[in-house]
Amino acid sequence: MKTLKYIFAILILSPSFISCSDDNEETPMEPNPVEGLNKIYEFPSADHIVEIYSDKSALEVGYNEISIRIKDLAADKYLINAAATWMPMMHMEMMTHSAPHSTLDNSAESSVYKGYIVFQMAGNASEYWDLTLNYTLNGEQITETHQISVTEPTDGLKKVQVFMGSDDSRYVLAYLNPKKPQVAVNDFQAVLYKMEDMMTFPVVENFKITVDPRMPGMGNHSSPNNEDLTYSAADQLYNGKLSLTMTGYWKINLKLLNENGEVLKGEDVTESNPESSLYFELEF
Amino acid sequence: MKAIISGFPLREMLMGCLCCILICGIFSSVYAQEMPADSLKLIHLNEVVVISAGKQLDHQKQHKPLSSLDEFLESSRSINMVKRGAYAWEPTMNDMASERLAITIDGMQIFGACTDKMDPITSYVDVSNLSEAQIGSGQQGAAFGNAIGGGINLKLDKSSFKKTGWNGSLESSFETNNAMRVFGGELNYSDEKFYLNTDVIYHKAENYKAGGDREVLYSQFEKYNFSINSGYKLAEDKSISATLIYDEANDVGYPALTMDVSLARAVIGSVSFNQDTLLGNFTNWESKLYYNNIKHVMDDTKRPDVPIHMDMPGWSETAGFYTQANFNKERNHFFFKLDGFYNKSYAEMTMYPANSNEPLMFMLTWPDVRTRNVGIYAEDHIDFEKSSVKLSTRLAYHSNTVADDFGLNSLKIFYPEMDRTNTRFLKSFSAQYHKMVNDFHFNGGISYGERAPSVSEGYGFYLFNSFDNHDYIGDPDLQTESAADANVSVTYKKPTFEITAAANYFHVYNYIIGVVDNSLSSMTIGAEGVKIYTNLEYAQLFNATLSGRYNISNAFKLTGNISYHRGIDNEGENLPLISPISYRSALDFYKNQYSASLSVNGAGEQTNYNPAYGELKTAAYATLSASFGKRFFIRENSLFIKAGIENVLDTYYSSYTDWNNIPRMGRNFYLTISYSIN
Repeated sequence: MKTLKYIFAILILSPSFISCSDDNEETPMEPNPVEGLNKIYEFPSADHIVEIYSDKSALEVGYNEISIRIKDLAADKYLINAAATWMPMMHMEMMTHSAPHSTLDNSAESSVYKGYIVFQMAGNASEYWDLTLNYTLNGEQITETHQISVTEPTDGLKKVQVFMGSDDSRYVLAYLNPKKPQVAVNDFQAVLYKMEDMMTFPVVENFKITVDPRMPGMGNHSSPNNEDLTYSAADQLYNGKLSLTMTGYWKINLKLLNENGEVLKGEDVTESNPESSLYFELEF
Repeated sequence: MKAIISGFPLREMLMGCLCCILICGIFSSVYAQEMPADSLKLIHLNEVVVISAGKQLDHQKQHKPLSSLDEFLESSRSINMVKRGAYAWEPTMNDMASERLAITIDGMQIFGACTDKMDPITSYVDVSNLSEAQIGSGQQGAAFGNAIGGGINLKLDKSSFKKTGWNGSLESSFETNNAMRVFGGELNYSDEKFYLNTDVIYHKAENYKAGGDREVLYSQFEKYNFSINSGYKLAEDKSISATLIYDEANDVGYPALTMDVSLARAVIGSVSFNQDTLLGNFTNWESKLYYNNIKHVMDDTKRPDVPIHMDMPGWSETAGFYTQANFNKERNHFFFKLDGFYNKSYAEMTMYPANSNEPLMFMLTWPDVRTRNVGIYAEDHIDFEKSSVKLSTRLAYHSNTVADDFGLNSLKIFYPEMDRTNTRFLKSFSAQYHKMVNDFHFNGGISYGERAPSVSEGYGFYLFNSFDNHDYIGDPDLQTESAADANVSVTYKKPTFEITAAANYFHVYNYIIGVVDNSLSSMTIGAEGVKIYTNLEYAQLFNATLSGRYNISNAFKLTGNISYHRGIDNEGENLPLISPISYRSALDFYKNQYSASLSVNGAGEQTNYNPAYGELKTAAYATLSASFGKRFFIRENSLFIKAGIENVLDTYYSSYTDWNNIPRMGRNFYLTISYSIN
């Protein structure tokens, strides 16, 4: 039956293939380095344009992978040695602070400067984020600051936690993967930063985050064979395993332990305590 | 389900068809001319339950002619029926249920589509379709498939080229307890070259009432069944035949479960080729190709206070074939059978969260498991002067493949290393000895058999069992279950008197049963925990029966039997669903077209039960039933009326087979009228 269906489909489609091929002059196309990404900002200047891309349709609270291209209008080329750096900044009514972020890196694709920022909060009418970019264009050092809009995720799910640990330090924990959860054992990734001051967010190494996914809509049941998030120096991420036994809304209850195994944040899920104060939310 | 249909291996089926046709063609053309048939069927069985003897409306000897197939099977000495309500009872034999039995319909393998065993395949045929149930205990049932506990073949009723011309009948019955109405009819034509049998039957029942007029909610059902079968003689010794059964049940309540069924539908079809002889020496050569498709939809919308609404549809499709023949040489009567089937089992579960903004919760409870099985069965029945020996064997190749990636990944949460495909080689051997000394018949036998885990046992994903209130998870790496068994029986037989003592013992290795895993959290709201299907090192089952018959006079006959059962696991703990001491006795009267019967049915207290499997102690009970019938002749035609009372004393009781101890039906009057036109 299936084979028949294919044969039938091919029979129907084959004349259209033949007719199409005449006027299609095969022009070899360069692979687009920002294929599949959304251009969310374009900041034009007199002689160049800064383009900001994300896999999301807007910058959201939580972990954002960001790609930046700078186009030299005179040369009609994207810069490949701009030595770009960045600094996100939140302007609150009483103070300003930055956000955990990586450096910008163009080693994978020379014209695309990639990095990530973990926005802890959304902007609002009186408080806003801006992004300061430094780069060189034709030997000239340029610094530009652009106001950006950071919103709560459209699905309303909690993917980042900013909290005070029992050691009186402030931490930022953000969800990375799985981006597309499956009914399977998923590779689970998160990033953990300590907020040393308003501007300094070092990566926290060698802590542990326990994982207990629960389904509050279905008796708060859990799943087996999850693996706690542990630090990997190679990618500076916390890696673990997340088992999801069905689709739907999952609350991933977490507990943060320091290198001595002391609980800094979060509680065990029990009959009387249905959720931890440290958690992520998932829907699929 | 588009996926399940388009994924069916058309190529393999076509190949199968072609092979069969080719074989049929070659053998029939070359060897057609010789040897008349010796029509001895050599499957020796422990018991045959007559359901409708050759369309002759010979219902007189049955206590309740238009009862359900389930009730007929329950009247068998060797079968007990597990009940989850008034409908779709599950046959058990030697205290073993579906997964340890081979149950076929006219030799066709069919598998239920419900993950919760709400549709044993016996629920997809009706008494109107069947002539008899052939029952083989232990490896005596291996002719029908790989089994541990035994085999049951439900034989379809066919006219088989008898020169009877047109005949038909209309039947109806009514039962007071649950207001059950049954309407049935059949129309048949048969001559020496051609026959056509058609029948239709419809049952509708409301909730039944247990003893003391206590209504059992959600025990209603409605079902209809239609079947047509036909045969055509190609030549004197050659014929082809075809069968089609359509069975549909709606609005079936399951009082013992948390949900009901809105649809249980089966389409069962086959074509066969029969030839009296093959290759000169073989006789009764029969080949069949078959296909069946089952859809089963559970429904909780009629239940109040469900914690969460869920849809649970399931599909099961099977295609298969067999070809069999007899071969007689001096004292040896051989029977050979080659068979194979391909089954797809797919079931899903969608839960609707209370917060409608949350996405639906979806899982595959049967991950599109493809089962392939090809086997060869051979037996030799050797006759001596006053004794006989029967040797039989079945060798089969069996494989399971998880076809759905979603399902495979789901199971890999539990079994990261599991393979998509699992293959096994299943073996069965049996030797039976029969000796006659004066009026004594001695029977004894030993056998060994193996079976593969069922789809649920191997691949089930959070299947809720309301009996022990646990979620069940399959294990794809289960070991093959095997059993060594021994049986012995002695019969003393006189023309008016007969008494039989029989016993059998099964030592089951790698006995598969759910074992609690405390590390897992139950998915179903309110479930106590999760059980994983696990191989126990061994389990032991013992059954003994004493049965007798005494013909008091030509008109009066007294029968009775009493049985004892015991089942324990390797730690001496009781296995679930093992019968306590049970007995039944009947006094039958039959003379001059009048028939009457008085029967008693009962069981002792269930002392060997196991709360870990959700069992409660079942109290002793006894029920009394009576029936009266008369046949009238109206010119050529006959009218048969039978009336009866079941549970005369309106006893409130439940037996060990009643799921969650739901009470059985209280006092029930029934009336059956059959009118047959010749």
